[in-house]
Amino acid sequence: MLGQILVFGILVGALYGLVALGLSLVFGVTKILNVAHGELVMLGGYASFWAFSQLGLDPYLTIIISFVSLFLIGAFLYRLIFSRTVKLPEETKIKNTLLVAFGLSIILQNLALRFWSADERGITASYLGTAFTVLGIRFPVVRLANLAVAVFFLVALQLFLRKTYTGKAIRATVQNWEAASLMGINIHKVYLISFAIGAALAGVAGTLVAVNYSIQPSMGLTWTLKALIVMVLGGLGSIPGTLVGGLILGVTESTTSYFISSNYREVAGLVLFLLVLIFRPQGLFGVKEG
Amino acid sequence: MLSIDKIDVFYRELQALWEVSLEVNEGEIIALIGPNGAGKTTTLNTISGLLKPAKGDINFLGKAIGKEPVNKIVELGISQVPESGKIFAGMSVYENLELGAFVPKARKEKKQSLERVYEIFPRLSERQNQQAGTLSGGERQMLAIGRALMSKPRLLMLDEPSFGLAPILVEQMFAMIEKINQQGVTILLVEQNIQLALDLAHRAYLLENGRIVGQGTAKDLLSFESVRSSYLG
Repeated sequence: MLGQILVFGILVGALYGLVALGLSLVFGVTKILNVAHGELVMLGGYASFWAFSQLGLDPYLTIIISFVSLFLIGAFLYRLIFSRTVKLPEETKIKNTLLVAFGLSIILQNLALRFWSADERGITASYLGTAFTVLGIRFPVVRLANLAVAVFFLVALQLFLRKTYTGKAIRATVQNWEAASLMGINIHKVYLISFAIGAALAGVAGTLVAVNYSIQPSMGLTWTLKALIVMVLGGLGSIPGTLVGGLILGVTESTTSYFISSNYREVAGLVLFLLVLIFRPQGLFGVKEG
Repeated sequence: MLSIDKIDVFYRELQALWEVSLEVNEGEIIALIGPNGAGKTTTLNTISGLLKPAKGDINFLGKAIGKEPVNKIVELGISQVPESGKIFAGMSVYENLELGAFVPKARKEKKQSLERVYEIFPRLSERQNQQAGTLSGGERQMLAIGRALMSKPRLLMLDEPSFGLAPILVEQMFAMIEKINQQGVTILLVEQNIQLALDLAHRAYLLENGRIVGQGTAKDLLSFESVRSSYLG
């Protein structure tokens, strides 16, 4: 039974890691703490839901649609809103972007409510009930896909940041934006691309949420909160750390549900969050500054 | 080659430069000297395009560059080594150099530029896969200069290359700067170490409180009390 709980925790945790990946990238590069990240997950979920129900695409093929549409939405939101805040000094920037993003999350929620109603929707894949059983442990296909998709995007992001010129420009900007701009790197373009990629990753996570659970306009806050916990667990700026952070949160939640009560699932995550902040504020895999 | 004509530069409402003019001819080493906060770095940042002059013109190779973005200015052939190097500490030496050739024009000739930089600084070639943050102070400065050379500049601007280096390393650094100049790169040098700067440079400008207050050869500048006191002191 314990094996089953661990496996479930890990497979759910992979999704948490993916949700946090975009938030962590955006925060690491632009120092924008986008608390509307969960709303971007929600939009990605709807993008997939409509592609699935209107076009009849396979649920996992709709990832392309959620990725691309959220990339564009992210670029648009950055241009329209966040590009105005990045010029501020760091501390004011974090405070102001928090306020702005809170406002944005309320706007997005209400727009979704207006257009798509408060009904819960979900993508029911034809293979939803399919599962493998290995050593008496059940591996549902859609949960396994969480892990596969999360690992795929994690590796893809890592390769993008390490191998391409644009990726290197992003890393250079994080390390020293002044020197980066002297190299002829356009910092605002770097911020725009990073924000758009972060939003696109949120969109992909939205697809998985729609397949695994259900989506509704007010779902965002839960996912923003999870992403924040995972980001702090994994350590800011560490991409592999984000996935591991997600797995830890997933396992913590699943064991709490089993041994205590599923009512305390969320509490366990927040307790973990506080413990890490108290004892290891740089995160489990983060490097201490200075 | 580079001519700056009476530029005024502001940080928001705060004026930092008043009618600064200077002239750099092809092949020269020009020093820009002056006390802390005189506006030396501001001048370099304005030439690089990080700051835009509110008034006045900057011309490079016959083109007005005062309103051009940084990447265009780098492509035209101006490269700046920022104060204390500002290398990308978390990236490898090789990646640092690669980023020096970020603008499309330089990217095409990355290979040749890399060979040239490794020839000038063999140490960098030995350490190409090492994380830049693990380099010593002298090596970091070499990397910063090497990175700036990767864009194949015709004018190299150095902001306090002696900063934080041991005296023996400073001498080596200045010998390298001279060597780079002999290879045909014009140099604009900002230095607080006035003695060294005046020894190396063909001509110099003295900047005080955002204004050019003197210019000429080392000898000419020694007639200024502020220069003399720091030169002899």
